[in-house]
Amino acid sequence: MRRVVITGMGIYSCIGKNLSEVKESLYNGTSGIVFDEKRKEFGYRSALTGMVEEPDLKKQLSRRERISMGEEALYAYVATIEALENAKIDQDFLDANEVGILYGNDSTARSVIESVDKIREKKDTTLVGSGAIFKAMNSTVTMNLSTIFRLTGINFTVSAACASGSHAIGMAYQLIKSGLQEMIICGGAQEINELAMGSFDGLGVFAMNIDDPTKASRPFDKDRDGLVPSGGAATLIVESYESAVKRGAPILGEIIGYGFSSNGEHISTPNVDGPSKAMTKALQQAGLKASEIDYVNAHATSTPVGDANEAKAILEVFGENGPCVSSTKSMTGHECWMAGASEVIYSMLMMEHSFVAPNINLETPDEAAAKLNLVKKTLNKKIDVFLSNSFGFGGTNSALIIKKVP
Amino acid sequence: MNKEVIVEKINYFLVDEFEVEEEEIAPQANLKETLELDSLDFVDLVVAIEANFGVKLVGEDFLKVITLQDFYDLIEKKIG
Repeated sequence: MRRVVITGMGIYSCIGKNLSEVKESLYNGTSGIVFDEKRKEFGYRSALTGMVEEPDLKKQLSRRERISMGEEALYAYVATIEALENAKIDQDFLDANEVGILYGNDSTARSVIESVDKIREKKDTTLVGSGAIFKAMNSTVTMNLSTIFRLTGINFTVSAACASGSHAIGMAYQLIKSGLQEMIICGGAQEINELAMGSFDGLGVFAMNIDDPTKASRPFDKDRDGLVPSGGAATLIVESYESAVKRGAPILGEIIGYGFSSNGEHISTPNVDGPSKAMTKALQQAGLKASEIDYVNAHATSTPVGDANEAKAILEVFGENGPCVSSTKSMTGHECWMAGASEVIYSMLMMEHSFVAPNINLETPDEAAAKLNLVKKTLNKKIDVFLSNSFGFGGTNSALIIKKVP
Repeated sequence: MNKEVIVEKINYFLVDEFEVEEEEIAPQANLKETLELDSLDFVDLVVAIEANFGVKLVGEDFLKVITLQDFYDLIEKKIG
């Protein structure tokens, strides 16, 4: 089995449009949550969201390329350009080597709705235009980026709700570890628009503090009342250790564990056993004791039941006096399909710059969380190995363990 | 609508929307080889014609369209 390393990262999120901006926001505990007037008018219970600007790529991409891209693909392109530069990979390298792509994405609501509305209006399918189908399919990110970057390796989208991005990295890890691929571009993307999140808001699980948006997402706090949706894209370049050394690439971290499980219970209510099993499997695969983990980036979205059950699962696996724990969703909101990938990047930035980003808005932890080593204020601390949790609807769970390479 | 207006409108959306190089626009220009329009672009030409002239083209209309001049003529005939 081969060693698998991360050699590049790129991020486009509500707390920064690149690695440098995001690192600053994480260190300073800056929230990216805003009030979106459009959502209020649309009928949302909560109009809070993380927000990013839609990138204008007219200078970078041809019309033919742009016309097939919805916002998920645009965000993913920007993040991928940064990740490729970060990994010192150019188009010549992509043309000469078999590079794959695995990306997490689980909706294209705006593209689907806009194209169907157009057909309804015109009563003619041709008049929807040639790009509509490629924007509307769930695999829009992988089909667009594989074409733009002329990729010739593995090529598919992972749809696993809010664990999509994490499973995409896990799949890339397995394929490279087993020798089937040398390098895979992976990550997660999430659309941000009022058409995408209405049905989620309808479940009554979004935070309601519209008077103070930056305080609304408060994972593990006893007064939390729900999550805040968010989005953007995050890309990682994952490759074999041999390939990275041969290229003289920067080795930013090594993936050493990917634990997964399914709850086999309720479609939306998370449990304790499933997440606990995923974390335990990741530790076993990594060959580490729980006490060897320095930091856990919690999935904790700020929902009452979800955070409490994750706290119990972390306690079950790590015991009291366990590793530092924080949920970066306190700043970013819940980046859903993107979160599993972006949160690995957030944790990688903490590992690179030796700090633990704060779980902002955590004033009083609830009973289950009080026993965790929660980080409320930025902590300057060396991190050698971290675990990142991602869970999703349907009870899908993923835990990734990544360590620093000396 | 006279021919001049038709030509002007088509040239405008080819440059503005389809990002065809302005210097490539000429009556004898081959739509596929010179202007580099592919099969998907022809779907978008149907959309552009409907939006600009209010007429709907179908695939068969393009069978004899090789050059930009053929395209101008087709639209003139359709509108007429």
